[in-house]
Amino acid sequence: MVIVVFKDELIEELKKKVEKWEKECVQEELKRHPERQKEFKTLSGIPVKRVYTPLDVQHLDYFKDLGLPGEYPFTRGIHTTMYRGRFWTMRQFAGYGTAEQTNQRFKYLLKEGETGLSMAFDFPTIIGLDSDHPMAVNEIGICGVAVDTLADMEIIFDGIPLDKVTTSMTINAPTPVLLSMYIAVGEKQGVPMHKLGGTVQNDALKEFIAQKSYVFPPEPAVKLVTDVIEFCVKNVPKWNPISISGYHIREAGATAVQELAFTIADGIAYVEAMLERGMEVDEFAHRLSFFFASHNDFFEEIAKFRAARRMWARIMKERFGAKKPRSMWLRFHTQTSGVALTAQQPENNIIRVTIQALAAVLGGTQSLHTNSMDEAWALPSEKAVRIALRTQQIIAHESGVANVVDPLAGSYYVEWLTDKMEEEAMKYIDKIDSMGGMIEAVKKGFPQREIAESAYRFQKEVDEKKRIIVGVNEYIDEEEKLEIPLLRVDPEVVRVQLARLKKVKESRDNERVERLLGELRRAAERNENVMPYVLNAVKAYATLGEIMGVLKEVYGEYQELIIF
Amino acid sequence: MSSTEKKIKVLIAKPGLNGHDRGAKVVARALRDAGMEVIYTGLRQTPEQIVETAIQEDVDVIGLSILSGAHMTLLPRVTQLLKEKGIDDVLVIAGGIIPTEDVPKLKEAGIAEVFGPGTPLQTIIEFIRKNVKRKR
Amino acid sequence: MKYSVEELVQRLIKGDKFAIARLISLAENDMSLAQKIISLIYPYTGKAHVIGITGPPGSGKSTLVYKLTKEWRKRGKTVGIVAVDPTSPFTGGALLGDRIRMQELTGDDGVFIRSMATRGSLGGLARATKDVVRILDASGKDIIIVETVGAGQSEINIIKIAHTILVVLCPGLGDEIQTLKAGIMEIGDIFVVNKADREGADETAMQIEDMLNMSSTFRPNEVGWIPPVVKTSAIYNVGISELVDKVEEHWRFLNKMGNEVYFRRRVEQDIFEALRDKIEQKILYNLKKTGKYDQLAEKVAMKEIDPYTAADIILNNVIRFKDEWTEENE
Repeated sequence: MVIVVFKDELIEELKKKVEKWEKECVQEELKRHPERQKEFKTLSGIPVKRVYTPLDVQHLDYFKDLGLPGEYPFTRGIHTTMYRGRFWTMRQFAGYGTAEQTNQRFKYLLKEGETGLSMAFDFPTIIGLDSDHPMAVNEIGICGVAVDTLADMEIIFDGIPLDKVTTSMTINAPTPVLLSMYIAVGEKQGVPMHKLGGTVQNDALKEFIAQKSYVFPPEPAVKLVTDVIEFCVKNVPKWNPISISGYHIREAGATAVQELAFTIADGIAYVEAMLERGMEVDEFAHRLSFFFASHNDFFEEIAKFRAARRMWARIMKERFGAKKPRSMWLRFHTQTSGVALTAQQPENNIIRVTIQALAAVLGGTQSLHTNSMDEAWALPSEKAVRIALRTQQIIAHESGVANVVDPLAGSYYVEWLTDKMEEEAMKYIDKIDSMGGMIEAVKKGFPQREIAESAYRFQKEVDEKKRIIVGVNEYIDEEEKLEIPLLRVDPEVVRVQLARLKKVKESRDNERVERLLGELRRAAERNENVMPYVLNAVKAYATLGEIMGVLKEVYGEYQELIIF
Repeated sequence: MSSTEKKIKVLIAKPGLNGHDRGAKVVARALRDAGMEVIYTGLRQTPEQIVETAIQEDVDVIGLSILSGAHMTLLPRVTQLLKEKGIDDVLVIAGGIIPTEDVPKLKEAGIAEVFGPGTPLQTIIEFIRKNVKRKR
Repeated sequence: MKYSVEELVQRLIKGDKFAIARLISLAENDMSLAQKIISLIYPYTGKAHVIGITGPPGSGKSTLVYKLTKEWRKRGKTVGIVAVDPTSPFTGGALLGDRIRMQELTGDDGVFIRSMATRGSLGGLARATKDVVRILDASGKDIIIVETVGAGQSEINIIKIAHTILVVLCPGLGDEIQTLKAGIMEIGDIFVVNKADREGADETAMQIEDMLNMSSTFRPNEVGWIPPVVKTSAIYNVGISELVDKVEEHWRFLNKMGNEVYFRRRVEQDIFEALRDKIEQKILYNLKKTGKYDQLAEKVAMKEIDPYTAADIILNNVIRFKDEWTEENE
């Protein structure tokens, strides 16, 4: 049954009508008034027509391609009631300075109404270095919170009951360590593992492609990813042990189509890796989650989210033979695009974020972070982050869009574009398959090259004014003065953090730490799941750097590919 | 006798642990397309490595890209090391996430100009051509 | 910082990094300065073992160079590395990234790394690379590695500078091994199958051995050396020590009694190439400037004369053998 129910004769009549309209009315108008551009395209470069009609969605079938919310292929949403049941989680990425400061910011955001925590770590922590490492000292606490040992984690969650909140941690290679710390904090609070809810990003492949906070080479990195997934499926069942990310891929310069394709391809690689470990698809697939960006091209983003759900459902069912509906759900978190925000006239960013957030909601996201207007200058100030949070709250409570499930379904344009994005993304996925899968494609540099090309092309378009960015290449304020408060990280952070680290190392049982690190090394060498060993080491106050050091010795370190 | 055209040699470097290299790579390509010889250091460079590379490659320009907020410590360290080694004919510029209020201090430390988000590539190219200190 | 060429050379022979870098730049950019520099430093050259590393892109050459250098440093040798990358043909610019793989070596005073781009003509690059090698040699480096990207005819001309040429391949190249025949098989002293941890490493090694067995033209100056095939896995540090041993073995082979002919041939080749460069530089350049070259080309194009006759005309006008041989530079 097609989306639009028209009898064949009416279709023919419509075809003739559209032709006539193009030839007569449109041409007349164009003579008076040419269109702004010769060709119109989405941000990804997909050409879009003047108008879409039932003719453009003739090939789509309501049952096969759309379904109802909560029904395969889940194009219209993974839940039946979506936001009528519960709003998306409002989860603002936060963290900077010392554990105490981050604890304060978490409490502030919870008080202002956010419904989930999201944790940002500083760069040394992100790549597994302790604060006292020579390369770390300049970057302690500057773009996220510094975490060296369990002691820091305990302070971060002081007064925050882990059975009452869910926490997303943006951490990749050091995931086993940070997750273990969170579990240990929970235990100290009296919350057992199986009650903990949250997410770890834990997506190694996109590190090689985009975020570049890799540590280990591809194969061991993926092995550690699956260690965490397996451990959580068995012991921390409410946890999302991976957030397969497109956000960073998009921010690095990919188009929406590439973001969609590479993320799904990464997902396929992880499913295959888990199957190779001997697990059944329905044992773990329901715990895989995703993370996308939401960018400026409003309808393209909405179509992207819908296409993502449909693609994943089809791939899980047809390619991997999943039987349980939950295994086919593409659950995702969204962050509005950072790179789309400008340094010039930063107040304008509030508007950009609103449009992007709206697209994410109309696209059916499960959880959302909205960027602050000072994104291009510094970490969010209190004032800026509150506005960002209010943006979500206003959309939720005042705009009405959350009261109907998938309200844009049936729009000729949106349905056509959803289908088009799936088609374009599948071309990439087929290509990656022919290369031997995403891990091979990453080693060959394929996604990296595509992204570098798109990034360069975009910048040229902006420089040539083929793409207008308000305040940057048009509507510029030459005399502009920055009038918003900026967050500054207190340099005291360094002293505090180093002092704490020193104290922990002195007051712990160092022999025990040595022994447990040795057990970890042997387990890693024997190719066992490292999680239980990391958890033990963490509880004994082994440092992040020490644990990562052991793993680096066993697995080696990644060498960047040279691609522009 | 003729000499081969003296190309402007630029070192594009990523000091610190920050891995966001989209801007650095786009600028590197643009400079290459503008006829310059560009050397890219890759990620996670210390100021010492950057200066040492600049010496060995005898570059005319160093472009530092940093988005992690650590610019006030890392960038002046680069210019300080250049001074200590007696190198005074290299143009040092920076880009990334650097608040305007920090720019005067950076300029005092020897950074010739800071090119933040939204800077057209042509602006950077022209600045280099105009300000490179020809020593050859 | 303004130093004269003479001052720089004085610092160069003591190994001063700044002097090395500045002299290389001067030589790269100005042919007559290059000649002056070489004339000053030539007495200090001839001690370094020059190793060329070439092979198709993707074979892991840069990582191999990095690991070999580390091994040589462990053995107490100082190393100079010249990483040669092609220039973008349209704009004349270049984007050099080979150094990324070796950046950890930046900071080791016993290692000097320099990137080089084509600069318009690959013939010019070969000459410039030779001068860079000489400068590094005069600075006291024990080992000089010249690494080129790709393995075409142009890269072969560059790599011939080396005493020992390593051809680096890796499993999975398939048909590309066949296309490597042109020139590469003849000049390789040691063949390396890198990324040998991958499937097909043994097959690749065997393919190379087969091709070597079928080919009868090894380097004519090196009768008695049969190019070995060495398997390495640079990322995992496998085979590196063995490869360095083989390279040292080749150096001993070249240096052994009765093999002075090899080094004499190289000197003769150097003179020939210098002469050829001068012809291009002095004669052709002038002929083009005065329009005479164009006139002759027009005649040949119209088939009035043939190219050999044109060459004779030039020589008759330009070259006169003196009655007395003089070694004064006019």
